[in-house]
Amino acid sequence: MVCKETVDFKKIDEIITECGGKKSNLIAILQKVQEVYRYLPEDAMIYIGSKMEGLSPATVFGVATFYAQFSLDPKGKYEIKCCDGTACHVRGSMPVLNAIKARLDFEEGKLTTKDGLFSLETVSCLGACGLAPVVVINDKVYPQMTSDAIKVVIDTILQEENK
Amino acid sequence: MSEDKKTLKIEGKEVEFTDEPNLLEVIRKAGMNVPTFCYRPDITQFGACRMCVVEVKYPNGRVMVNSSCTMPPEAGIDVSINSKRVRKIRKTVLELLLANHDRECTTCEKSGKCELQKYAEEYGVSTIKYPTLDKKEMLPVDCSSPSLVRDPNKCILCGACVRACQEYQGHAVLGFANRGSRTLVQPMCGKDLADVDCVYCGQCKAVCPTGAITVKNEVDKVWDEINNPEKKVVIQAAPSVRVALGEMFGLSAGENVIGKMYAAARRIGFDLIFDTNFGADLTIMEEATEFLGRLKEGKNLPLFTSCCPAWVRYLETQHPEMLAHLSTCRSPMSMLSPVLKKLLPQNFEGYTRENTVVVAIMPCTAKKAECKRPQFKGDDGIYDTDYVLTTEEFGQMIKSAGIDFKNIEAEECDSPYGQYTGAGTIFGASGGVAEAAARTAYYFVTGENIANNDILEFRGVDKHSRSKLIELDIKGTKVKIKVVSTLVEAEMAIQEIQDGRADYQLLEVMACPGGCVNGGGQPISCDDITIREQRADGLYKEDAKDLQFRRSHENPDIVKLYDEYLEKPNSHKSHELLHTTYDDKFKGSYKDVTK
Repeated sequence: MVCKETVDFKKIDEIITECGGKKSNLIAILQKVQEVYRYLPEDAMIYIGSKMEGLSPATVFGVATFYAQFSLDPKGKYEIKCCDGTACHVRGSMPVLNAIKARLDFEEGKLTTKDGLFSLETVSCLGACGLAPVVVINDKVYPQMTSDAIKVVIDTILQEENK
Repeated sequence: MSEDKKTLKIEGKEVEFTDEPNLLEVIRKAGMNVPTFCYRPDITQFGACRMCVVEVKYPNGRVMVNSSCTMPPEAGIDVSINSKRVRKIRKTVLELLLANHDRECTTCEKSGKCELQKYAEEYGVSTIKYPTLDKKEMLPVDCSSPSLVRDPNKCILCGACVRACQEYQGHAVLGFANRGSRTLVQPMCGKDLADVDCVYCGQCKAVCPTGAITVKNEVDKVWDEINNPEKKVVIQAAPSVRVALGEMFGLSAGENVIGKMYAAARRIGFDLIFDTNFGADLTIMEEATEFLGRLKEGKNLPLFTSCCPAWVRYLETQHPEMLAHLSTCRSPMSMLSPVLKKLLPQNFEGYTRENTVVVAIMPCTAKKAECKRPQFKGDDGIYDTDYVLTTEEFGQMIKSAGIDFKNIEAEECDSPYGQYTGAGTIFGASGGVAEAAARTAYYFVTGENIANNDILEFRGVDKHSRSKLIELDIKGTKVKIKVVSTLVEAEMAIQEIQDGRADYQLLEVMACPGGCVNGGGQPISCDDITIREQRADGLYKEDAKDLQFRRSHENPDIVKLYDEYLEKPNSHKSHELLHTTYDDKFKGSYKDVTK
């Protein structure tokens, strides 16, 4: 269910100190850990839960599974967020989503590609409805997508990677 | 704030209130009740189950529906606990809970004691208008722990176990996972209970309103042994059992039913009846001697008591560096069992080590794990204690044996290894072990008996008595003793010791709040925090009034055992039989990761 990985606890200590080490800062700490590992490794959650006052591994796991932003599986190098909010939906986000799925090699039931390069998630609104349908890849916004346009975007990334 | 008593109205009746923490307590004090699953007076209120909703009419005419467990009482409000509106809400809550509940009640361990079952009956839930749980959607049941069974299909997400684990043991082994309709209560990452840092104290089970967390029932196995003509089955019962078992048969909490219990055990078919209190007296002889030895040497102080298996497991998994402080004495149960297996064949005809089965009745779920410790197994593969049954399981046995427990005539237990002193009895309450040890240590040091047996500073099992510091004057020698219950308090004591702030020489720890009287294996009492006090009072009453001896070293059977076999406390023979070793189980624990 959760991936095992050797975790650098010094790095996590730094993150905890940086965020203030209080129980109320847990979400910020988890976000920073996820930035480093692209997901939340089990040992990192156990470490945070055992180390920080007032928390336990089970509580940290509870927070990590409560919020959709946290992933227990490694995310891809390129995180694709495809908006399926109302505006994007009516302007055709589903064909865009299907085009991404068709273009990339996802394992059955998983949303990260086999090579770990891409991961895909649908989000409910990115607050850029004027540009609908919107896709965000690693914080870069791609406005007014179509199924053809997204293929070009992905192909460009793949070319960059294969260089 | 004025000291004047304030009033509010409940169902039209004027009710006074003072400092009750919430409306629900005011309602209960007024002799009424509202149903609840998640409210447990001893732990933080949560407001999760919405069963305790009441309709509140404010003086300005505003009417609101509120959960009474989270609402502070207010003067002048008019509370309806049975209005049409709130009854409808409660019934809907019940139907929704039942819709995705595994309703195989007849085969459920909690059947007959389940609060969900009880309220469904009281509120007449006959049909459920929502789609119900499909058999195929059932989640796996976790039977990995030697003590507890966790069935997520019966969980109603009241969170009582999560709060109990966090607030009593500081552990939160259990937590909520996921969100919305997929929410579950489980150990981290959905692991099994046996694979996490659970100490098996069973307080989660003690507060669970349904069959989601139950004891691992071994009653059938014990019946099989009793009905096996080749086996001689002997029984021992812990101090706290005698003041709680009666509750299952309509007797009041704290009523000492030990004589009835001996009689019932004979009717069930146990061959010989002994008492763990004898083991407790033995523990005091050994532990007091060990304590005085360490005091003299000044080594590994404070000495930690070792009667509580949850505490032992906590130290082994979380603080192996402190294991040297832990007394090498076994718990009373695990002292008496090897004595029985060793000496019964010499004293009784037809008994051999191989055919003797020792069953221990305990208020504790962690004891089920303790009896399976490799240290308590002989080289021949025979365990000292074969089965541990909780108070509740033993009550179930008595019921199914068709015994009229309320009216059964009291009997005596068998001798030797049955006679006990008041010091053994008070082991069941937090502070009791230390008080009993103090009585005997005083005698060992001075050669005379302590003037006053009732050292009241040790006593108290309520929420405010979870940490006590007592100073004793043994004819000029000053000894400081700390008594804690719950592992939260124990952890604070460990920190004190590690920081060099501790000035006491003995630390008594019981993992359950208030001690064994409130153990995880006792009949359900989480709704009423006074029950544990009544049980403790029952023990102190037996100590003060019913028993001939009140100090362990005066127990004639104990004296005889040392004369005839053990020689003297802490002798080579007693080390073989009555002492144990501990394992460093740090590796693989959560804390292992943090090192």
